[in-house]
Amino acid sequence: MTDTMLIYKVILCVLVFAVSLGAAAYMTWGERKLAAWLQDRVGPNRAGPLGLLQPIADGIKMIFKEEMIPTHSNRWLFILGPSFFMLCACMTGVVIPWGAGWQMGDTLFPMQVTDINIGLLYLLSVVSIGVYGVMIGGWASNNKFALLGALRASSQMISYEVAMGLALIALVMMTGTLSLKEIVAQQDAGFANVVYQPLGFIIFLICAFAETNRAPFDLPECESELVGGYHTEYSSMKLGFYLFAEYINMFISSAIMASLYFGGYNFPFQHELGLDGNLLTAVQTAVFFGKIFLFIFLFMWVRWTLPRFRYDQLMNLGWKVLLPLAIANIIITGFVMLFTGKLG
Amino acid sequence: MQLTNRSIQVVKKELTLSERLYFPAIIKGMLITLSHLFKRKATVKYPDQERELAAVYRGQHVLKRDEAGAERCTACGLCAVACPAEAITMESAERKKGEENLYREEKYAKIYEINMLRCIFCGLCEDACPKEAIFLTDRIVPSSFTRGEEVFGKDLLVESLTERVDVTKRQTPEVLSFKNDKKHKHNQTYLDRKK
Repeated sequence: MTDTMLIYKVILCVLVFAVSLGAAAYMTWGERKLAAWLQDRVGPNRAGPLGLLQPIADGIKMIFKEEMIPTHSNRWLFILGPSFFMLCACMTGVVIPWGAGWQMGDTLFPMQVTDINIGLLYLLSVVSIGVYGVMIGGWASNNKFALLGALRASSQMISYEVAMGLALIALVMMTGTLSLKEIVAQQDAGFANVVYQPLGFIIFLICAFAETNRAPFDLPECESELVGGYHTEYSSMKLGFYLFAEYINMFISSAIMASLYFGGYNFPFQHELGLDGNLLTAVQTAVFFGKIFLFIFLFMWVRWTLPRFRYDQLMNLGWKVLLPLAIANIIITGFVMLFTGKLG
Repeated sequence: MQLTNRSIQVVKKELTLSERLYFPAIIKGMLITLSHLFKRKATVKYPDQERELAAVYRGQHVLKRDEAGAERCTACGLCAVACPAEAITMESAERKKGEENLYREEKYAKIYEINMLRCIFCGLCEDACPKEAIFLTDRIVPSSFTRGEEVFGKDLLVESLTERVDVTKRQTPEVLSFKNDKKHKHNQTYLDRKK
């Protein structure tokens, strides 16, 4: 790796980090606005035009709140929990291809921090490590509500990861690669993967809702039963980290869905436009963010429409419906591949 | 055992396939919320935008003065009797020589208090007043930090000499004639009834 490439990668790294943080901040604003609009209200409109400075005000508020660490909690684990959750949320952004790449002279600067050949596996593993943040936080609080919330969160996330992984296996069978860059590049030639894997996409979508602890699967923090769930005892910026990391997770899972099933940065007839390489990349990145935005809108729209599942319903859906469906999807995909001669 | 014939037989219907799939119902619900995205918002953005009040809105009370600037209230106590919330209290005093410009009649209210937390703004005090002294206006009672501040004394209730409060919307000729029409029993005195 040359020095320029290294510097470029560092800049891109920081950029991805900043964009996912910024997006998460403005998603809190978007969430509140959308919630208000769906309920015939106006939403935050005091801080700045259209309330656009609201996330900044919220952030300042969070930082200046009193920091409380309960006496009976495990102090170090208590601090580790939110840090870990945030770390895992931020780590996922590196394998996502945000665009094709910039051509500068002879070198191509890819719009992806790193293209590891097991990108998909990396994503799944980092997401599963994220469960520990919730578990550690809930356990270290030494509070029954927090513990119950953490238990719910971890069992829910682990249950839905199974179906999620199996839904992805069908996709991997089809594409024959685990590298996100290649999966996205393959969709340039043909249709988007959702055309071939509609069932897999629906399973993945439902699991993504459960993985990010979003309604209708927000059992871990269901206010009516568990006060605040695993972050009951948290205050100040540690609470902010938990809430914030969830929004980052939502942003990243939207990006993953867009790139795995909806062609990533590709859009129909992109090569017929006759755009210059770098200009095309810019347009592609914008299109990719548009797709992410639509998925985020879906996340929020669902949250403000559907009521929460009961816990046994959640487990039934995960193990008795989604898991068999995902396996059936793999079998169907296998048969189709066998008969169309696309095998190996 | 059946106690009444009002009991309803509960039937647990088997769900159809489309119902068990959830998706049709979910999509239906989501379309309902989506339609609300484009509906008119119910919010009145209060400090920027004020709700239009009716011409006869019943807000904070005023104790009127007459044209010469003398207080009309004679502390008869009819408003306090009429008040269903028992929000009004007063103490009367006799007018001294030289106070004719301050008080219209020989007796006046030394203390006149309305507890705005008790008041239900029904306007019965206004109906009861025989001297056209108390009126409800279209002013909104300001909020306060303590309960004590919400008990309004004469300093807040009596209109100032320079800034008169307009009550013509509430005191229309029709209202005045209704209040003085001897046809109605509530306007008759003992002497009227004897006639």
